[in-house]
Amino acid sequence: MSQKVAVYRREHFNAAHRLYNKDWANEKNTDVFGKCSLPNYHGHNYELEVKIVGEIDPETGFVIDLKKLSDIVKENVLDKFDHKNLNLDTKEFKELNPTAENIAVTIYQLLRPVLEPGLDLYIRLYETPRNFVEYPVG
Amino acid sequence: MVYLTRVEHFNAAHKLYNPTWTAEKNDEVFGKCANENWHGHNYELYVTVKGNPDKDTGFVFDVKRLSLIIKDHILDKLDHRNLNIDVEFLSGQFCSTENLAIAIWQQLTPHLPQAVQLHCIKLYETPRIFVEYFGN
Repeated sequence: MSQKVAVYRREHFNAAHRLYNKDWANEKNTDVFGKCSLPNYHGHNYELEVKIVGEIDPETGFVIDLKKLSDIVKENVLDKFDHKNLNLDTKEFKELNPTAENIAVTIYQLLRPVLEPGLDLYIRLYETPRNFVEYPVG
Repeated sequence: MVYLTRVEHFNAAHKLYNPTWTAEKNDEVFGKCANENWHGHNYELYVTVKGNPDKDTGFVFDVKRLSLIIKDHILDKLDHRNLNIDVEFLSGQFCSTENLAIAIWQQLTPHLPQAVQLHCIKLYETPRIFVEYFGN
C-alpha cells in the first residue's frame, strides 16, 4: 500500500509590482492590465502554500522535515522577494511580467532543484485573499 | 446606539522612510520596510459608524451609500497606487498604517451626514498587523 502523503508549509511575503508589457504602448498596457499597470507600482501581501507529496520515511515518520522546508523556502524565495519591488529588485522578473501565474511558476523553478527528486512539488500562491493560482496543475 | 461596519479593501505600494534621516538610519529603524523601491500590501479597511436606527428605514446609515462614499473618497484614490507618491491627501505625510488610518478618518468625516458619527477606522496592513483609530 502506498504511503504517499501531502504535507504543506504556508509562508508569506509582501512586495510591490506592476503589470506591464514593455513591447506595448502605454495605452495598450492600460487597456489590458488596467490599474495594475499604474507606473508607480502597487503591492500585495502574498500568501504562499508549498505542497510536498512523497512517501513517509520509515525512520523519521516524515515526508519532509517541515522546519527544513521552511528554511528552504525562506532562503530560496522569501529572502529574494519579501519587501521588494518584483519588477526592479529581482533578477527573476527583470524580463518577465510578475503576474501571480508567473510568480508561482518561478517559485516552483526556484524550489524544484533544492528538493529531493522523489518528492513532488506543488505551489499555490494567493495574491489577495480572493485571487490565487496553482502550479503545476494536477 | 448601533455600530455599523463596512469592510473594503485596496492594494498599494509604500515604503517607510524618513527623508530627514540618512539611508543607514532609515535601515536601522525601519529595516526592510525602508526598501528604496517600495514594497506593498493588501489593505483591509473596516469603517464603523454609529447612530440610532432611523424609524422609517431601520438603518443607522444606508450601507450602500457608505460604500460609495468610501469608494469615491478613499478607494479611488488609494487602490493600486503608491501611497508615498500618488496620493494628494497623504502628501508630505509619513506612510505608516497609523497615519493612513488617521488620514482616512479625516477624508471621510466631511462626507457623512450629521446624524451619523464615525466611530472607528480599523486598517489591516497584513492579516497579522492592524491599527484602530477612534478620532482622538
